[in-house]
Amino acid sequence: MIYLKIFLSFMQIGLFSIGGGYAAIPLIQNQVVEVNHWLSLSTFTDLITIAEMTPGPIAVNSATFVGLQIAGLPGAIIATLGCIFPSCIIVSILAYVYYKYRNLSTVQSVLKSLRPAIVALIGSAGLSILILALWGENGFSFNFTDINFSSLFVFVVGIFILKKFKPNPIYVIGGSGILGIIFYFITY
Amino acid sequence: MKHNFKTYIKLFTSTFYISAFTFGGGFVIIPLMRKKFVEDLKWIEEEEMIDLTAIAQSSPGAIAVNASILVGYRVAGLLGALITVLGTILPPLICLSIISMFYTAFKNNAIVSAALKSMQAGVAAVIIDVVLSMGNDIIKQKSILSIIILIISFISVYFFKINVIYIIITCIILGIIQAFLNNRKDDHNNDLPKNIS
Repeated sequence: MIYLKIFLSFMQIGLFSIGGGYAAIPLIQNQVVEVNHWLSLSTFTDLITIAEMTPGPIAVNSATFVGLQIAGLPGAIIATLGCIFPSCIIVSILAYVYYKYRNLSTVQSVLKSLRPAIVALIGSAGLSILILALWGENGFSFNFTDINFSSLFVFVVGIFILKKFKPNPIYVIGGSGILGIIFYFITY
Repeated sequence: MKHNFKTYIKLFTSTFYISAFTFGGGFVIIPLMRKKFVEDLKWIEEEEMIDLTAIAQSSPGAIAVNASILVGYRVAGLLGALITVLGTILPPLICLSIISMFYTAFKNNAIVSAALKSMQAGVAAVIIDVVLSMGNDIIKQKSILSIIILIISFISVYFFKINVIYIIITCIILGIIQAFLNNRKDDHNNDLPKNIS
């Protein structure tokens, strides 16, 4: 029965976390720490740290972590499936609706006014990550000595390479990691 | 498009590969998907990709999972969606299972954190690059309303931390009002052909 409980609990997280990413954290905390007592608050904080440092969405990562802790690998799989189940149903329906009706002029008009907003959202996310990379947890300041210069170097070179050679972004991200390790050994 | 075995394999390997590199979740996956499915494979158009991002953002669940479902559905129907979801959730599932076993060693490793810190800057470069090219497309359309929406949305999300859902709802309402106004204009000029842009 624990499996059913895990599935339903993560299904709620999947269903109510609209907007993805950070929006999911309070929901996960509520289900995992407060309602079901599966993790202590400090393990939960560790979980968020891991979830942010590793690939994949936070909700999926926490589902795997919590499922594994309380019911082994089957638990991890069931928690993950529960978490993506609402998306699979709702988004498939929306995809169907989009491709059926996207040529209607009203839908065209709605999509046209949504596009710039979506670009702005992505821009805002990008700027937040950039500021985190350059200034760290404390955020932006005019004190430019606080800037992490190796990160600044990686960012500038990254933008240059992306604009100039249009490579697969994955190589830029992977290359940044390698540069980080090189800088670590140089400054160590 | 032919839905042969090769398409399914390509869908799976592409999403698996992309998911393995989306550190931090959220919008990070969009530039990677755009590169793969719009620029390399040409399975999806540029504007369509932005529309899919809008749907992924406004639906419940993780953006990466939602975007994968949409891309899979677009390319190969429901079976495609199933395959891309699998490709997207497997890397975090494997990665997290391994890491949660060695968590303390991983957390305290200076080399790992140096690499991760530097990758943040790389991710920032990737996102800013894609925003610049998408923003350029929008500004080129020379629609004042679009540019105003772009600026106001950015300010309200970045500086005022307004919930994204409100911005999306506002834009939907704006779009409906505009469609309504355009239709009324068309009714006044019934002999003119309907202009769908």
